[in-house]
Amino acid sequence: MSKFEPNIIGFVCNWCTYAGADLAGSSRYSYPPNIKLIRLMCSGRVDPAFILETFARGADGVFVGGCHIPTDCHYQQGNFKALKRVTMLKKLISEMGIEPERLEIFWISASEGKRFSEVMTSFTDKIRELGPNPLKV
Amino acid sequence: MAKTQSKKKKQSDEVPRIGVYVCHCGTNIAGSVNIGEVVEFSKNIKNVSVVREHMYLCSEQGQNMIKDDIKKEGVTRVVAACCSPRTHEEIFRKTLNSGNLNKYLYEQVNIRDQCSWPHFKDKDNATNKAKQLVKSGIYRASELEPLQDRKLSVLKSCLVIGGGISGINAALDLARSGYHVYLVERNPSIGGKMAQLDKTFPTNDCSACILAPMMVEVSNTSNIELLTYSEIEYVSGHIGKYHITVRKKQTSVDWEKCNGCGDCSIVCPVKVDNEFNCNMDKRKAVYIQFQQAIPMKAVVDKKKCVKCKLCEKRCQVGAIDISKNEDEFIEFDVGSIIATTGYDLFDPNKKAEYDYDHPNVITSLELERMMCASGPTKGEILRPSDGRKPHTISFIQCVGSRDEKTNDYCSRICCTYSIKHARLLKEKYPDMDIYIHYIDLRCFGKGYEEYYRIAREKGVKFIRGRISQIDSIGDRLEVSGDDDTLGEQISVIADLVVLAVAMESSKGAKKLANLLNISTDKTGFFKEIHPKLKPVSTDSDGIFIAGACQGPKEIPDAVSQGKAAASAASSLMSKGEIEIEPLFAQITEDLCAKCRTCESLCTYKAIKYTDEDKMEVDIALCKGCGVCSAACPSGAIKANHFTNKQVRMQILALTEGIH
Ligand SMILES: Cc1cc2nc3c(=O)[nH]c(=O)nc-3n(C[C@H](O)[C@H](O)[C@H](O)COP(=O)(O)OP(=O)(O)OC[C@H]3O[C@@H](n4cnc5c(N)ncnc54)[C@H](O)[C@@H]3O)c2cc1C
Ligand code: SF4
Ligand code: SF4
Ligand code: FES
Repeated sequence: MSKFEPNIIGFVCNWCTYAGADLAGSSRYSYPPNIKLIRLMCSGRVDPAFILETFARGADGVFVGGCHIPTDCHYQQGNFKALKRVTMLKKLISEMGIEPERLEIFWISASEGKRFSEVMTSFTDKIRELGPNPLKV
Repeated sequence: MAKTQSKKKKQSDEVPRIGVYVCHCGTNIAGSVNIGEVVEFSKNIKNVSVVREHMYLCSEQGQNMIKDDIKKEGVTRVVAACCSPRTHEEIFRKTLNSGNLNKYLYEQVNIRDQCSWPHFKDKDNATNKAKQLVKSGIYRASELEPLQDRKLSVLKSCLVIGGGISGINAALDLARSGYHVYLVERNPSIGGKMAQLDKTFPTNDCSACILAPMMVEVSNTSNIELLTYSEIEYVSGHIGKYHITVRKKQTSVDWEKCNGCGDCSIVCPVKVDNEFNCNMDKRKAVYIQFQQAIPMKAVVDKKKCVKCKLCEKRCQVGAIDISKNEDEFIEFDVGSIIATTGYDLFDPNKKAEYDYDHPNVITSLELERMMCASGPTKGEILRPSDGRKPHTISFIQCVGSRDEKTNDYCSRICCTYSIKHARLLKEKYPDMDIYIHYIDLRCFGKGYEEYYRIAREKGVKFIRGRISQIDSIGDRLEVSGDDDTLGEQISVIADLVVLAVAMESSKGAKKLANLLNISTDKTGFFKEIHPKLKPVSTDSDGIFIAGACQGPKEIPDAVSQGKAAASAASSLMSKGEIEIEPLFAQITEDLCAKCRTCESLCTYKAIKYTDEDKMEVDIALCKGCGVCSAACPSGAIKANHFTNKQVRMQILALTEGIH
């Protein structure tokens, strides 16, 4: 069997984390190709159902990427709403048998290309350590 | 005939015909993503009818290729696998529009910034990831819905906040183009920091001589409403129609009557530190801010006034009423806003090693005031400790700039203004010894390098190296630190030390940013949306920034930005109407349980419960964040262009067949 390569999906806001990923790319900061992004206007758009569905469909790691707390959200408060939901969902998924560390929320701004690549690298490492999504096995 | 047409239309609605276009971006993408593989892979995905590649998809040729496919191949959705939608989406949307396809039936997949660039070392994985992302885009495209831009009327008026040189330029340009301008300044007079300067680099012309005429023009322009001694209290509304509440602080002087004679100041017994002269002399509790103030009106400093009412009696036009205490609130609507609130200076007390407590250690702005003929020393350079002329002056650069402990950034202009000071002093006092201690000299602007060379020729001594300590020895100061060129420690005995203090974001900038809902960067300056392409736009539509509130800047740049912001605001307002993205929330009445969860979540108060027992989204207020949609327990709220279905298709694409 080939080495386990986690499938990681990030729901990121258009204004900060998506732009941070653009900057990581244009500055050639590399990070694992396991990371795949879904762009939304704000981290506050992330419906808890999206995250549950992503895990249910076998993703090994999921993250939400938004603008820094407290003031950077383009829509003022969306990041706080996302934070609350992720905190709640971590509890919920652990009850479902999914390690809560498989879900994270990161604040990465448009100017933090380097940080984007660092955070993505360490998150991928962590998921790799955790192994495949237990729902899959 | 009509029948077949409608049938054809229906068909295209039911089964999307997706055109997929993969861009090489020269070698930017093709260098590390195997384009051929991505093309072949895409052909086998459901609903895809055409797949093509192009060297530069955003070129006219590339765009025409897409347009042709819409016409000839009946493509009804377009997926472009290329660069970032944040920079290029608009171009493609315009092409769809001109091909008569609704521009929201477009999806852009960023295989450059997210695949070929970050994974450039790993062609296989970059290619595999590109395939998955393209699939995610195609899946999403199948669920895209046509949307109509919203039309919004735009008032032809602008609020300019901050009456420094950048705000003055913005206000004048807009007023000259016929717009109504409200210019709000928190000090009694406009003019900003430039009003405190003596001469200005790179031409050494007198600051007041070039600034004063513009200030006068502001007061003489009928469509500029000048609100000084005022601050923004509250902002609501949206692009096209912002509702503004201004707090006009109480002056106790009726400005309609006041003629600026200054008699009141003469009789006032209370002496107060004079901020305009950097507290180096005194003003009265009732005062006119400075000689060329616009408006030339007196203000009673309510915190310092002892209510003796001597001024009331003295005023010949009866303008003063000390009993007036209440601030006044003024409300109006504007179509756009420009923030030009400038900067403040770093507090040198934060660098204890520079002994700012010592009377003969001063800041550059204090020196600037001394050099000014109308300043506290009438243009003479005198040691504050004893009023004697200094023989040796040391300038210390980068105080609070390029310093990990205080501010990381470079304040850009301190090198050139210290050179200015040194040159002007050398011209006036040729026998004076002048040292400039610098880390790097950054004289970047047009004519600045030549300006620096003249200072050298005049005998100013430039010493490279950081100063670590200033100690007093008797009535003189020992300046010690490094001389990097000689590689040794140096010490200069000076009579006066001038600290070139950093430019920082102006006090209250954060509060204003919150009121305007615009971002600041980590140093507290207002953040532009794109440093190169959109330097004066912010992330709030219709709100622009200019001058030193965006970052340290000299006058030429502050003026250019003021003019740029005026032009950006003007192109927004000129038609009286704009089209904006229809990314608002829509509530399906049948599904809504009237729980009112959404109402309390919306930061913009865009959702209201109506008299008819309905939840209604005010699309002029809704910004389309989607917070409500994510929270609605009944799934009744659709976030346009980011619907549950669209997002779920992407989840499906990115998880399908990957186990
Ligand atoms: C010592 C020194 C020497 C300099 N010499 C030169 C020189 O020779 N040549 C040169 O090109 N540049 C020089 N500069 C730089 C120059 O001062 C700036 O480039 C220029 O003042 C920037 O203009 P501005 O309009 O952006 O900001 P400012 O001049 O700071 O004006 C901002 C205005 O906004 C007002 N304001 C702030 N906050 C609010 C608020 N919340 N509400 C309402 N109003 C508000 C302020 O009161 C002020 O009037 C020098 C600077 C210093 C410190
Ligand atoms: S949250 Fe959903 S169900 Fe509740 S009032 Fe709003 S739209 Fe209706
Ligand atoms: S999308 Fe955001 S702004 Fe619009 S109604 Fe919902 S919560 Fe309010
Ligand atoms: S826009 Fe980035 S978190 Fe809201």
